[in-house]
Amino acid sequence: MTIDWAPIVLTLRLATTTTVVLLVLGTPLAWWLSRTASRLRTPIEAVVALPLVLPPTVLGFYLLVVLGPHGAIGGPWEAAGGDRLVFSFPGLVIGSVLYSLPFVVQPLRNGFMAIGSGPLEAAATLGASPLDRFVTVVLPLTRSAFLTAATLGFAHTVGEFGVVLMVGGSIPGRTQVLSIAIYDHVELLEYTQAHLLSAGMLLFSFVVLVAVYSANRRLEHVAP
Amino acid sequence: MPPHHPHLLRAVPILLLCLAGGAVIGDAAADTVHVAVAANFRSTQERLARGFEAKTGHSLVASSGSTGKLYAQIVNGAPFELFLAADEERPAQLVEHGFAVRGTAFTYALGSLVLYSAKGIDLIDGPTALREGRFQRLAIANPEAAPYGRAAIETIRHFGLAEALSSKIVRGENVAQAFQFVSSGSADFAFVPASMVRDVGSKRVWPVPFELYSPIRQNGVLLEVGAQKSAARDYLRFLAGNEGRTLIAEEGYGLPGAEEGP
Repeated sequence: MTIDWAPIVLTLRLATTTTVVLLVLGTPLAWWLSRTASRLRTPIEAVVALPLVLPPTVLGFYLLVVLGPHGAIGGPWEAAGGDRLVFSFPGLVIGSVLYSLPFVVQPLRNGFMAIGSGPLEAAATLGASPLDRFVTVVLPLTRSAFLTAATLGFAHTVGEFGVVLMVGGSIPGRTQVLSIAIYDHVELLEYTQAHLLSAGMLLFSFVVLVAVYSANRRLEHVAP
Repeated sequence: MPPHHPHLLRAVPILLLCLAGGAVIGDAAADTVHVAVAANFRSTQERLARGFEAKTGHSLVASSGSTGKLYAQIVNGAPFELFLAADEERPAQLVEHGFAVRGTAFTYALGSLVLYSAKGIDLIDGPTALREGRFQRLAIANPEAAPYGRAAIETIRHFGLAEALSSKIVRGENVAQAFQFVSSGSADFAFVPASMVRDVGSKRVWPVPFELYSPIRQNGVLLEVGAQKSAARDYLRFLAGNEGRTLIAEEGYGLPGAEEGP
């Protein structure tokens, strides 16, 4: 029996891209959420948390409609000469970013809040610029939050199913990620392949979580 | 099912067409056709694809799911070129809304329902087993969403057992789930498509007579995305041709009359 590597490679590529995008977008958002006194904070926090409570198929269906060729985003995008977003890798990334958003933003926000304002004010009185303060004070103090955020974002994207099935359409080699490949094997009553991939995924998830928890413990000990 | 001679004769022109198409198109330009296929037909599709690919040199890529989900994806820009649905409504709606090519919809298979037991409980006399009710759980697919679930309910009603069995019925999201309920031992019996059961003809399987439920017509249609692709049309002809029909029957489906071909 041969293992089809395409879904595994695609899944790792998707999870990596999604995690990078989420760290880039999620860091300023989490920072803002941790510092702002704006009235918008609560509604925005709720929006960030929505993917936790919405069934993935609901999110997937909305994305399919909005990103599709007649949708509010997909329509203008294609009119402007963009390639079709749904049933493509960029569509999967958009869906995954939304779906895994809370898993990255929430640990980061908690990490930023835990620093308090003391160290930053001290750095400011020593003449450090805002960027300097973020890089030399905030980042080292929140290493474990970043590690947790990146890992949860990555692992959650690997385990994603409903959204990618709806937006991606299970196209072998293009949008058929690991979880969908497993689902297809089950539907085809190919239980051996399904077991093999499922066991691999289970083991992978376990190893990742153990690695993160033990790394976090070490980081906590080192932290001042 | 042994090949019927009338079928053979009837299919000769189609067969020749396929061969001619294969010889001309297959060598000149091997194409890839993207097929959206209803979950219950997926394994049959795999077999059909191997036959078609060997014959024409084209290749088929399949995406499967529930008919309703595939419909939503097609309407929202999916790159599928053919749609093999599990019902006749969705292909008709796609034609009506301009997503599928008018005049290409046809019934490629008739779903046939069986009562299946995994624990080795004798089902030679299915109706008696249902009436006696010596079991805990009977699995069916969701009758609102899945045609096989609806057919199961119709069968149960036919025997006047709707009330007696109502507390024993468990619903799967689709037929695959109903099948898993039985194969995992969570349920004793399930109404599933004959195509899912490998040992049709064994005493664990009771084929439900066709007249007990309204026909499950599985229709296929050429989508607008594939309208210009001759390989896509070739595959529809292949399905309706003798080789396709024989294979579809072997997988446990009923066949429509040949006059309904595309």
